[in-house]
Amino acid sequence: MSGRREGASQSRAEFRDVYNAWLRHHRLSAADSLFRVLDNPVSSALTWLVIGIALALPVGLNIALDNVGQLSGNWDSPAQISLFLRDGVSVETAGELQSRLEQRDEVAATRFISREQALEEFSALSGFADVLASLEQNPLPNLILLTPAGQYQGGSLASLREELEALPDVAEAVLDMEWLQRLNSLMELTRRGVLAVGGLLVLGVVLILGNTIRLAIESRRDEIVIVKLVGGSNAFVRRPFLYTGLWYGVGGGVFAATLVAISLWFLAGPVGELAELYQSSFQLGGLGVMGALNLVILGGLLGLAGSWLAVARHLAAIEPR
Amino acid sequence: MISFDRVSKRYAQGHDALREISIDIARDELVFLTGHSGAGKSTLLRLIMLMERPSRGQLTVDGRNLATVGPRGVPRHRRDIGVVFQNHQLLFDRPVFDNVALPLIIAGYDYREVGRRVRAALDKVGLLERERAMPVTLSGGEQQRVGIARAVVGKPNILLADEPTGNLDPLLSAEIMQLFEEFNRVGVTVLIASHDLALISRLRHRIITLRDGRLVTGSAL
Repeated sequence: MSGRREGASQSRAEFRDVYNAWLRHHRLSAADSLFRVLDNPVSSALTWLVIGIALALPVGLNIALDNVGQLSGNWDSPAQISLFLRDGVSVETAGELQSRLEQRDEVAATRFISREQALEEFSALSGFADVLASLEQNPLPNLILLTPAGQYQGGSLASLREELEALPDVAEAVLDMEWLQRLNSLMELTRRGVLAVGGLLVLGVVLILGNTIRLAIESRRDEIVIVKLVGGSNAFVRRPFLYTGLWYGVGGGVFAATLVAISLWFLAGPVGELAELYQSSFQLGGLGVMGALNLVILGGLLGLAGSWLAVARHLAAIEPR
Repeated sequence: MISFDRVSKRYAQGHDALREISIDIARDELVFLTGHSGAGKSTLLRLIMLMERPSRGQLTVDGRNLATVGPRGVPRHRRDIGVVFQNHQLLFDRPVFDNVALPLIIAGYDYREVGRRVRAALDKVGLLERERAMPVTLSGGEQQRVGIARAVVGKPNILLADEPTGNLDPLLSAEIMQLFEEFNRVGVTVLIASHDLALISRLRHRIITLRDGRLVTGSAL
């Protein structure tokens, strides 16, 4: 009776011992691998830099796309419909039409631009003042700029345009969105491209790390043989190399985050000036703390993946002979 | 403790390293294994520590039929056996202490216990003051004693040695053998492969002789 009780408590103690031993060796491997990585600062820094560049490229491009997306998003919300009025429509009729339009639910705001105003503005902005002055009559029509209410987007906006074009006084209603759609699809295309390039670079990172770890395994072949001779399991032998990969990956992630931050800082000045010239308060969005952390974690995971690849391929082949 | 039951080992190239070997080695015994090089001494030791598997026959070590030990069980099995190698197999990039501590680190002892046991083992082989020395700075005899300290630090029941006096002069060889006898006196089963017949015949222990993979003398007590 007491024998079984003893057995149970003994196996529990044994489990705790095994767990403690496992934890202890993880700590030891992590520290030992870190010291080995730091012991060769130049070659380690080169590895970090390679990984950093490979990760920074897609991440940097993605941030650039995010910024462009944000910029075009700012333009997106006040979509406008330009109502070009028929030739014979007088300013008074146009004013009536404008006030009628403003009472509709779908319409947020309207602005009337008379053909004279339009001509003035156009000749001031275009620099064709002389040419325009030589014309016998004003070629421009009266115009109502209409801002739809916020909920109108995409398809419903298009049907609103059709409805407006059907009005008797309106010659043409133009939804000035096409260039934005083109920009958006161009951005989507670029995003896909960045994703593909990013995927390739991530694969490259895994292979680079795999190769680095393979070299580390080769250089410690004798040690591996001895450890296996005195009873080290495959997991025991594997652990330091997995940690080496992890440290390379984490370091690469830190380098990548730093590179992205430096590039953004480098670009922030000119972008700010450009934005000021366009009277925009646009500011370059960065990686942020979470983004940098994610990058470091991603680096660490890739490091683990690469070292796992190398360890799985090369470690089992090293057996005492 | 160690029992060979008609064990044969044929290598892939068709070479018969061991033929129908039957040996019983009791607990507390010290046994010498001798024969010309190529007679099968090393193969026999390699079978015991599962660096090789027998082609035929049954091998039992410490009550465990080795046929039942799978690949995952091999490291654990090796941890139960202390092995002294002819070429020492030391890690030259770290000091004596770390070399001796290796089996304990693998087995997962906590640091205080590791320090205590390593120093006890180094004291036993007379190298306590050299624990911070790097192996390259040691003489051949000292390196071999580091190897012995590493083999016994985990307090194994079985100690194997493959030509432990291979490159040592007679005086040092006798000292090393004395060490093995001391371990045997405290209850460790010791099996030493050696071709130094002059030395081992003086020591009055059982001698197993192999010739071309066959057992010539010493199959049982």
